[in-house]
Amino acid sequence: MWDYIKLIALGLVAVLAAIAANYARDLAYMVNAIEVMLAAAIAFIWVLRTMGAPAAPQTEYNDGVVRAGVIATTLWGVVGFLVAVIIAFQLAFPALNFEWAQGYLNFGKLRPLHTSAVIFAFGGNALIASSFYVVQRTSAARLFGGGLGWFVFWGYNLFIVLAASGYILGATQSKEYAEPEWYVDHWLTIVWVAYLVTFLGTIIKRKEPHIYVANWFYLSFIVTIAMLHLVNNLAVPVSIFGSKSVQVFSGVQDAMTQWWYGHNAVGFFLTAGFLGMMYYFVPKQAERPVYSYKLSIVHFWALIFLYIWAGPHHLHYTALPDWAGTLGMVMSIILWMPSWGGMINGLMTLSGAWDKLRTDPIIRMMVVSVGFYGMSTFEGPMMSIKAVNSLSHYTDWTIGHVHSGALGWNGMITFGALYFLVPRLWARERLYSLKLVSWHFWLATIGIVLYAASMWVTGIMEGLMWREVDSQGFLVNAFADTVAAKHPMYVVRGLGGVMYLTGALIMAYNLWATVAKQPRVAAASVAAVPAE
Amino acid sequence: MDYHILREFADSWVMLALFATFIGVVIWAFRPGSRKTHEDTASIPFRHDDKPACQGDCEGSCRDDGATL
Repeated sequence: MWDYIKLIALGLVAVLAAIAANYARDLAYMVNAIEVMLAAAIAFIWVLRTMGAPAAPQTEYNDGVVRAGVIATTLWGVVGFLVAVIIAFQLAFPALNFEWAQGYLNFGKLRPLHTSAVIFAFGGNALIASSFYVVQRTSAARLFGGGLGWFVFWGYNLFIVLAASGYILGATQSKEYAEPEWYVDHWLTIVWVAYLVTFLGTIIKRKEPHIYVANWFYLSFIVTIAMLHLVNNLAVPVSIFGSKSVQVFSGVQDAMTQWWYGHNAVGFFLTAGFLGMMYYFVPKQAERPVYSYKLSIVHFWALIFLYIWAGPHHLHYTALPDWAGTLGMVMSIILWMPSWGGMINGLMTLSGAWDKLRTDPIIRMMVVSVGFYGMSTFEGPMMSIKAVNSLSHYTDWTIGHVHSGALGWNGMITFGALYFLVPRLWARERLYSLKLVSWHFWLATIGIVLYAASMWVTGIMEGLMWREVDSQGFLVNAFADTVAAKHPMYVVRGLGGVMYLTGALIMAYNLWATVAKQPRVAAASVAAVPAE
Repeated sequence: MDYHILREFADSWVMLALFATFIGVVIWAFRPGSRKTHEDTASIPFRHDDKPACQGDCEGSCRDDGATL
C-alpha cells in the first residue's frame, strides 16, 4: 500500500516538474525542474523494482546509507577543493576568468559553488553519514524509519545538485551561505524534517538509558539549522514558475538576520555538528572514554547558550546599532571559554595514550583538527573585538581565519572519521596504507599553514594600506595598489590549496583501495571484533 | 505591547531565567553521585559496535549488552 502511495507521489512530482520546466521563466528554473523530473523518474523506477522486498531485520544496523554518505563526502570533498584551487588561481591570475566562460565560470559564479560544495556538500554529507553511524551505535538501535535515512541522503544530495546548477545559471538570493532560491529552500526544509525524524526516532527507541553527548551536539545542530534556515529564507517568489524571489526583510534588519544565520551556521553546522564527530571518533580512535564527561555537558550547554548571540560581530561599523555590535563582541569573547573547554576535553582524551601520536596517523589528524579548533576559536573572538575588526574586516585575514577553521578543524576531523569508518563499514581489517595517510596528513597540514600564513600577511597588509594617510590627510594607496601588492601571497595561497587537494586525492585513492584491494574480514557481522 | 516591552523583558527576566538554567545544568552535572552515571555514559561508544541491542524480538539469542550474537 505504502509503495503505491510513493509511486503515485513520485509520478505526480515528475509530471508537475515537467510542466514547470515547460512554463519556466528563466533558464536556472528550467534546468532545476528538469533535474527534479529526472530524480523523480529514477526514484519511481527504483521503487517499482524493489516493491515487496522484505524489510531489513531490526537486529542489524543500517550501514548502507552511511556507506553512501562516506562515498558522497569523499567525492564532494574532492570537487569542492578542486573548485577552491581554480578560484584561488583566478584571483592570483585574472586571465583565468576566461572570456568564453564569462557569466558562467568566472570567480563570482564559482565562489558560491565552492563555499556550498565544501560546507554543505562535503561537510553536510559527512555530518549526515557520521550522525547516522554514531546515533545507531550509541543508541544500540537500528536507524528509525526504514528507508527514511535513504530519503534524507538522496534528498540532501538532490538539494546540492539543484543549488549548484542554479548558481552557475544565475539563481541566487545573494545571501552568503544561503544562496539557494526559494524552491530549493522548500525542498531542503522537507529533507531536514525527515532528517530530524530519523535522528530523533533512533534516539527515542534507544536501548541505552542515557543519550551520549555526541548525540546532543548532533541534535542541536539539526534543530538549530532548521530554525536558522526557516527565518533567513523568508522570501516571496515573484512567480511560481521562476527562480527569482524577494526577501521579506530589508535594510539593516535583513543584514542582521543574514549574519545571525551566517554566524550560527558556523556555530551549529561547522562547530556543534563536528563536535558531535569529535566526541565519538576521538574516544574511539584513542580507545579510551572522553577525558571528562562533566566537562562535555558544561561545554555543550555553554556553547548552546552563547553562540546564538555572536552574529552581530559581522556588522561592526555599519548601520547596525552600536549596542548590538557590542553585544555580539562580548558574547564572542565569552565563547572562548566553552570552545577551549571543548578543545581541552578532546585533547586530554589522549592523556595516557600520547604514544599513539607516533604510530597512528589517524589520531594525529584528529589531534591537529582539535588543535585548529582551539586556534580558530581563539582567533575568531579576537577578530570580533571592534578595534581589531576595524583593521581585519573586509580583508583577507577573515578568509584566512575561516580556512584555518574549515580546512584545519572541519576538514581534518572529517578525514579522521572517514579513515575510521571505511574499514569498519566495508568489513576490511585495516586501511590499505597508513603511509598514504601520513602523506595526506603532512600535505594537508603544510597546505593549511601556507594558506593561513599568506592570508594573515596579505590581510594585515591590505588593512594597513587602506588606512594609510599622508601628512596632508590624503589616502596613500589606491585600491588597485593593494590588489597588486597581494599577488605573491595569492600564489602561495593557491599552492597551499594544491597541497590540500593532493592530500584529498591521496585519501580518495587510499579509501578506494581499502575497499577494492583488501580482503574482506571473514566475520558475519560488520565489525571485526566484539566490543568487549 | 510593542517591541520595547519585549526587549525590556528579554534583557531582564528572560536573561536571568536563561542564566539560572545554565547554572542549574552545571550544578546538576556536578551533583554528588553523578560520577558513576557519567562513567557509564562515557563508555557507551565501546558497546554495541556491530549489532543493536535486543529489540524484544530475539528469543534469548543475544545478551543484552549486545556484545555477541
